[in-house]
Amino acid sequence: MNRHLISAADLSKQDALLILDTAEELAQVADRPIKKLPTLRGRTVVNLFFEDSTRTRISFEAAAKRLSADVINFAVKGSSVAKGESLKDTALTLEAMGADAVVVRHSASGAPLRLSNWLRGSVINAGDGSHEHPTQALLDAFTIRRRFGRGDGEALDGLRVTIVGDVLHSRVARSNVWLLHLLGAEVALVAPPTLLPVAIDDWPCSVSYDLDAALPKSDVVMMLRIQQERMNAAYFPSVREYSRRYGLDTARVGQLPEDAIVMHPGPMNRGVEIAAEVADSPRSTIVEQVANGVSVRMAVLYLLLGGREVAQ
Amino acid sequence: MTAEGTTWVIKGARPLGGEPADIIITDAAISEIGPGATAPRGAQALDASGLIALPGLVDLHTHLREPGREDAETIETGTLAAALGGFTAVHAMANTDPVADTAGVTEQIWRLGRAAGHCDVQPVGAVTVGLAGSRLAEFGAMAESAARVRVFSDDGRCVSDAVLMRRALEYVKAFDGVIAQHAQEPRLTEGAQMNEGVASGRLGLAGWPAVAEEAVIARDCLLAAHVDSALHICHVSTAGSVEIIRWAKSKGWRVTAEVTPHHLLLTDDLVASYDPVYKVNPPLRTATDVAALRDALADGTIDCVATDHAPHPVEDKETEWAVAAHGMTGLETALRVVQEAMVDTGLLGWAQVADRMSARPAAIGRLGGQGRPLAPGEPANLVLYNPATRETVDPATHASRSRNSPFAGMTLPGQVVATFLRGRPTVLDGKPA
Repeated sequence: MNRHLISAADLSKQDALLILDTAEELAQVADRPIKKLPTLRGRTVVNLFFEDSTRTRISFEAAAKRLSADVINFAVKGSSVAKGESLKDTALTLEAMGADAVVVRHSASGAPLRLSNWLRGSVINAGDGSHEHPTQALLDAFTIRRRFGRGDGEALDGLRVTIVGDVLHSRVARSNVWLLHLLGAEVALVAPPTLLPVAIDDWPCSVSYDLDAALPKSDVVMMLRIQQERMNAAYFPSVREYSRRYGLDTARVGQLPEDAIVMHPGPMNRGVEIAAEVADSPRSTIVEQVANGVSVRMAVLYLLLGGREVAQ
Repeated sequence: MTAEGTTWVIKGARPLGGEPADIIITDAAISEIGPGATAPRGAQALDASGLIALPGLVDLHTHLREPGREDAETIETGTLAAALGGFTAVHAMANTDPVADTAGVTEQIWRLGRAAGHCDVQPVGAVTVGLAGSRLAEFGAMAESAARVRVFSDDGRCVSDAVLMRRALEYVKAFDGVIAQHAQEPRLTEGAQMNEGVASGRLGLAGWPAVAEEAVIARDCLLAAHVDSALHICHVSTAGSVEIIRWAKSKGWRVTAEVTPHHLLLTDDLVASYDPVYKVNPPLRTATDVAALRDALADGTIDCVATDHAPHPVEDKETEWAVAAHGMTGLETALRVVQEAMVDTGLLGWAQVADRMSARPAAIGRLGGQGRPLAPGEPANLVLYNPATRETVDPATHASRSRNSPFAGMTLPGQVVATFLRGRPTVLDGKPA
């Protein structure tokens, strides 16, 4: 494993499977009355969040605390960064405090990679701009693997995953395309042409504009969130039109194979990209994804911070 | 420093890469040139065997940052960097603070350049007041000032209003001026971070489409034709732009164009490091674009090389990509990059390098005493260059006050050994004279 986790594309298949297998082992901790391991006692994990994301932040926080690490939450609003401190000075401050791992969320693509040049500790990308969100892809892969009854050491060979929505601005889509492909899945992207990068030919996936044609060929359908600001920038004529053409409603779910699952990285716009009935249906893995997120992030912290054996 | 009146004999240099000859400089002019030219008594001798002699280079596009951002560059440091790069004249872009949009500011820049003495500084005037894109700056006053401004540009911003662009092109005809356009359609590049293509899609950086440049170039070529005026296109960066300029020139329209050294050598895959040293406007493009730009410079569709030397202090580059400043330094590496991209690839000979980096930019900039041939009676503006060395670029050694060279760590051929400005050495032995 590399010292940092910046991009899903940096992982080897072996690394990815090691993370998933470790997460499986660590997930059992969540079923115990005392959900805590002493593995990272005395290590410091900093959650450095330049962008609001309560969900991801508390997921990493829970993961670090279950491994007994000391957790420092560094949110930008009201901090020195808001007063004009540079990313580099923030990095040097964290370095001086002895951070063993820095979990960073930033609105600028590439900020975690820049940060990794200035820190000795591990940098974990918790979402950077429109670039990547590798732990989200890992928890998605973990969720798919479990739902399809595959166990330790097994990959996702033969599974067909369709990712639907704002691929252009989605860090979740970028990480998932590379990771799911690495794990043997066949990935298909479906979006209006305005929400796809103009040059996407070298991505390891297929691309189409027609959701209805894609659904019968999907074992997994992953709906991406439509951001409010896209609605006012001519990416599509109206929210209703988007929802009609690319929203997952009950009629469309009927076109899916019987055992297909529905995923969403959250937070959802119910009634826009996904109907409430679909989000709450048994096919939906949305709540599981949240729980699995903690296990996968525990595995990442554990492996990057050099833990050797999972404590019993 | 003053060497006026000193006679120099430059022995064994190869003018334009040709057969070795001696060059005699008397006062500010070349007095004799040829094999075994007779040196007058008391002449200072300079052994130039193996060195190529070129006319002093002329840059149509330099950001000297003074007044306003003296932390990035001053006229003193920027012109010294220029001399060390083999330049004897630079055009100072207007986006200073205050903007060079009046006779007063342009004259001040011109005077500071004269005082520094490392090379001629020809101020470029702004097209619109404060570069704001709403009303024309006083072209006539700038043209009639001591600075004798002939090139006008809002560089850094596009004159996107078609009516304003038309009027600017028309108005400068009265004093043989030229409008140098920074072609960038503003709506198509809102928030843009890098060339829109394979790399931007992968890196999640907002795309800067080629069409945003090409659409403005096409419009402005048509406007220049309509009013029969002179249009110069700054830093052409795409294969499509080359096609449009080639077409406009085939019509006989008065359109000229420049390309930067970095667009001749670097491609957008470098952005994968997210290191803002590669952030520049217009952005680095693809290998296909680089090949088209090289061919266009070779066949004359693109008239000249211009550095777009854009110094920035460390803190404006040592950041995340999105907030970093656009621009790269280039004066001290320009000739070396041109050798790497154009000469060593067989696309240009040294005589053509002299044309693209001296004669043509001087003609476009309406500079009388610059860009002249190496011949008796001509001003002694020349550079002696050793093409046979190869060294790693280290910005820490540069005279520019800023260190944002995208060529840092690259191995490039060549070294500027000496530069003469009207008979006076500004650089000797690769160091400031």
